Amino acid sequence: MAAYIARRLLWVVFLLFTITCITFVIFSVLPSGDPAVARAGRSPSPQLVEVIRVQLGLDKSKPEQFINYIGDILPFVGGNGIYLGFSYQNNTDVLPEILERLPVTIFLATGAVILWLSIGIPLGVLSAVKTGSALDRIAMGIALLFISAPVYFFGLVALYLFDDQIGIWPILPGNSAYGEADSLLGKAEALIMPWCVLAAAFAAIYARFLRGNLIDTLQEDYIRTARAKGLSERRVIFRHGVRAAITPIVTLLGLDIGILLGGAILTETVFNIPGIGRYAFNAITVSDLPVIQGTVLFGAFFIVMMSLIVDILYAFIDPRVRY
Amino acid sequence: MGAPLLEVENLKVHFETEDGLVKAVDGISYTVDRGQTLGIVGESGSGKSVSSLTVMGLTRSRNARISGTVRFNGKDLLGASEEDMRSIRGNDIAMIFQDPLSSLHPFYKVGAQIAEGVRAHRDVSKAQAWDRAVEMLSLVGIPEPRKRADAYPHEFSGGMRQRAMIAMALANDPKLLIADEPTTALDVTVQAQILELIERLQSEFDTAVVVITHDLGVVAEMADEISVMYAGRIVEKADTDTIFAAPEHPYTWGLLSSIPRLDASRDEELVPIPGRPPSLINLPGGCSFHPRCPYVREAHKKVDPKLEPVAGNPGHQSACLLDSSVRRKLWSELRTGVKPDEARADVMAAEEKAV
Amino acid sequence: MSTGTGASDLLHADDHGIDQIVAGEAPVAARSPLALFWRRFRKDKVALVALTFIVLLVLVAILAPVIRNLVGAPPPGQTSTDALDDFGLPQGPTSEHLFGVDSIGRDIFARVLDGARVSLLVAFIGTGLSVTIGVTLGMIAGFFRGWVDTLIARVIDILLAFPVLLLGLGLASACSTKDGCLGGALEPGLTIVIFIIVLSNWPYVARIIRGQVLSLREKEFVEASRSLGAGNMRIIFREILPNLVAPIIVYASLFIPANILLEAALSFLGVGVTGQASWGQMLSEATGKIDTAWWYMFFPGMALLLTVLAFNLVGDGMQDALNPKGNKQK
Ligand SMILES: Nc1ncnc2c1ncn2[C@@H]1O[C@H](COP(=O)(O)OP(=O)(O)OP(=O)(O)O)[C@@H](O)[C@H]1O
Ligand code: SF4
Ligand SMILES: [Mg+2]
Repeated sequence: MAAYIARRLLWVVFLLFTITCITFVIFSVLPSGDPAVARAGRSPSPQLVEVIRVQLGLDKSKPEQFINYIGDILPFVGGNGIYLGFSYQNNTDVLPEILERLPVTIFLATGAVILWLSIGIPLGVLSAVKTGSALDRIAMGIALLFISAPVYFFGLVALYLFDDQIGIWPILPGNSAYGEADSLLGKAEALIMPWCVLAAAFAAIYARFLRGNLIDTLQEDYIRTARAKGLSERRVIFRHGVRAAITPIVTLLGLDIGILLGGAILTETVFNIPGIGRYAFNAITVSDLPVIQGTVLFGAFFIVMMSLIVDILYAFIDPRVRY
Repeated sequence: MGAPLLEVENLKVHFETEDGLVKAVDGISYTVDRGQTLGIVGESGSGKSVSSLTVMGLTRSRNARISGTVRFNGKDLLGASEEDMRSIRGNDIAMIFQDPLSSLHPFYKVGAQIAEGVRAHRDVSKAQAWDRAVEMLSLVGIPEPRKRADAYPHEFSGGMRQRAMIAMALANDPKLLIADEPTTALDVTVQAQILELIERLQSEFDTAVVVITHDLGVVAEMADEISVMYAGRIVEKADTDTIFAAPEHPYTWGLLSSIPRLDASRDEELVPIPGRPPSLINLPGGCSFHPRCPYVREAHKKVDPKLEPVAGNPGHQSACLLDSSVRRKLWSELRTGVKPDEARADVMAAEEKAV
Repeated sequence: MSTGTGASDLLHADDHGIDQIVAGEAPVAARSPLALFWRRFRKDKVALVALTFIVLLVLVAILAPVIRNLVGAPPPGQTSTDALDDFGLPQGPTSEHLFGVDSIGRDIFARVLDGARVSLLVAFIGTGLSVTIGVTLGMIAGFFRGWVDTLIARVIDILLAFPVLLLGLGLASACSTKDGCLGGALEPGLTIVIFIIVLSNWPYVARIIRGQVLSLREKEFVEASRSLGAGNMRIIFREILPNLVAPIIVYASLFIPANILLEAALSFLGVGVTGQASWGQMLSEATGKIDTAWWYMFFPGMALLLTVLAFNLVGDGMQDALNPKGNKQK
């Protein structure tokens, strides 16, 4: 087990390093314009461009720049902790800004995950057990609908219908409500609509995935064995079928959580929720490259770490993959 | 000895599919007495598995149409409630399958899987069930059973897995064990051990056994009676000695000549039956074996032969339109190593002249 | 950052089903696998309707300028203050502007038509390129094995472990400054979007094809052909490729809707298509206007929904047709 974990860790280090190289290439090598101008954002003053050029060492050679960049990111190198750059448009360091928004994104992601698991899993199991029934058809039809349109469209529709200021049935706080709410309860209320919209799409994916998996699993020989032992149908389906069919969901969930923690950019944008995704979106609209670069690195870090956790977790859940 | 333990009468299992009605089992009847061993033999797709799964109430496809009667200990199984069937499965009737790796749940320890079966039918504590599992593992010859009970199926070898399956099946002292191709997936050396084990346990527990196989060699030693299945029907049925010594169906002859004989010299050819099993949707008219039968006559393509007792031996039944005397002559030639075509020329030409 | 559910749907695509498609030999020997597939697919009425919808949509996209003229709509880029009311607010659907106009008076019907062209173009080209690259590399790896295989398999592993879409988003935004990337080789807009699509798709295709080829090359008919003196090229094109057609079609049918959503998401974020109307971009512009102009978000959104839904339905139908299950019991 220790060897397995060590191998995964090495892999993660390798991935993170490669990702760092690639972000450097994307943000510092590929763009054709003057990097100092690009970093300065839209219509900067010539003085600012010069300041940036010197501060970032953009007058140095690319390899030197790369070494500085790595030194900035690594916590114990260069004496500046973890440094993800500086936004000249906001006059702030990027990392503290990200960390400040992290709780919002975590709040959004957690609620959505709980919601979509508690809808998606039962629905998937039910649909699989009652394949071809009216319930199965309706559930899978709706699921396909939710998979077929992006969260930002459903988000807009939800706002149009239910937003307490502009909605046809004004029942829920909607656009920008999170930032305006001052109590935890108020913030939670503000997230009801985003949670539902985000969870609908994921619940649909998970239900379809689990249904397909469970249908396949229920054809397995070991399910026949379980029935031949005289177990109750409940036990056959849950202890034997669902137990095996749900295992790959761990991988899925880990990856999805990793992706969301890096910023649910579309959802946060539509509902104007001040999380990491919204921060990145704002940066994109004003071409604030340091912020975009920082959020991309941060998000990539989450995704890679979650995949590590998932790999290790999986070894515990499925005895066959150990080591 | 009273009523037989298992009575199957005119059992039919048909599947409605897109391509048509699949007559997987088409009216078979057999009985098994307490402590007795029945061998069911036939090629792949002849309906062996479907028929025995139906006995267990495990043919669950929604497109299955089942008719006939299955009585176990006098109780009708096809009409029994799901709850009644559940209490019979794994308790009175147990089953083991062809591929022991895929038949064991990959995520649970072997001991736990056996114990689970015990607790499904006995009101015992977890610890007691576990002890029973260990006891069974030791009974089927697994070394260090207490330690192995704690292992996962993928940590077992093929033969050990099948032993574990047997342990699981016999944990509740069933009266009937159905073994569906118990050795097909195993190495040749292991096959014999598993068969021996089943035989030993059977006599120890006085369990009746139905062994399903496509290899007559497997049942030669252990079966008291043999039913030969072809395309969903039983085409010949007799006690084991008769099947080997005086078979009266061309299909059985084919099966016999395709098993390696211990007494035969090594280089003697095995003759597989030419042709393929028929489509179960469009069965050939008349005798369904006729497209592959070397002795077919025009009439056999139209008349459907019934399973009827052969002359002089009421316990021996065969479904072939040839006259019993002709069949015996053919067999007596074949058993000396004459090729089917020559036997046909020798025997049937003479007979046709006589007609 | 999640660029929409389309992205994660790809992660969820189980290649298990596709393995079976190739593994299961045609049960009725006389019929070719493709004919059999079509026979089953035809029975799926919903998928057929969806397929018809897609065919119509493609025609509409091709004939967009003609249709626009027929209904008398102005060109998609033309702004007109006439279409705004006295307060400068856009008008809803009228006989003149079927789907209404946006906040600077552009005709939404014309723009939705234009968006169809973009969506389909990006999806088809992106998917086509991904499949071509994936199939080629997958075949090379699986067929020749050795160090080429090791190399390609490693690259696939790394790309699959990468947050490709996130890096793609970074790339798109870094290159969406007006100079583009690499001295203009990677221009903002369509090129970048397609580049990201290909980068994120091909490893999945290559992985599955590689596995298929690895098992196919051991099959009897390949051996037979080899023993008859067939060269590598002949074996690849005559023996192996025909057997991959089915899984390739299924994979493509999975990728197309995902890629449409990916393009829409990038355009929604403002780093996708530039210079012409796209559904994602229209939805982004509509975000602040839903209270005054519902039609602005409704029509492009419905166009996106129906298109992706149709592709998903066809994809589901294809998978079912190639891999019928549910009525088989072991
Ligand atoms: N649910 C089903 N729907 C349609 N056909 C089925 C179904 N289940 C089984 N069959 C068909 O019934 C026939 C008999 O199958 P069965 O498994 O009983 O054969 P078998 O004699 O056990 O063969 P084998 O030696 O391969 O195990 C096969 O042709 C099979 O395809
Ligand atoms: S009835 Fe005729 S065709 Fe059928 S087995 Fe007997 S001889 Fe052969
Ligand atoms: Mg069988």
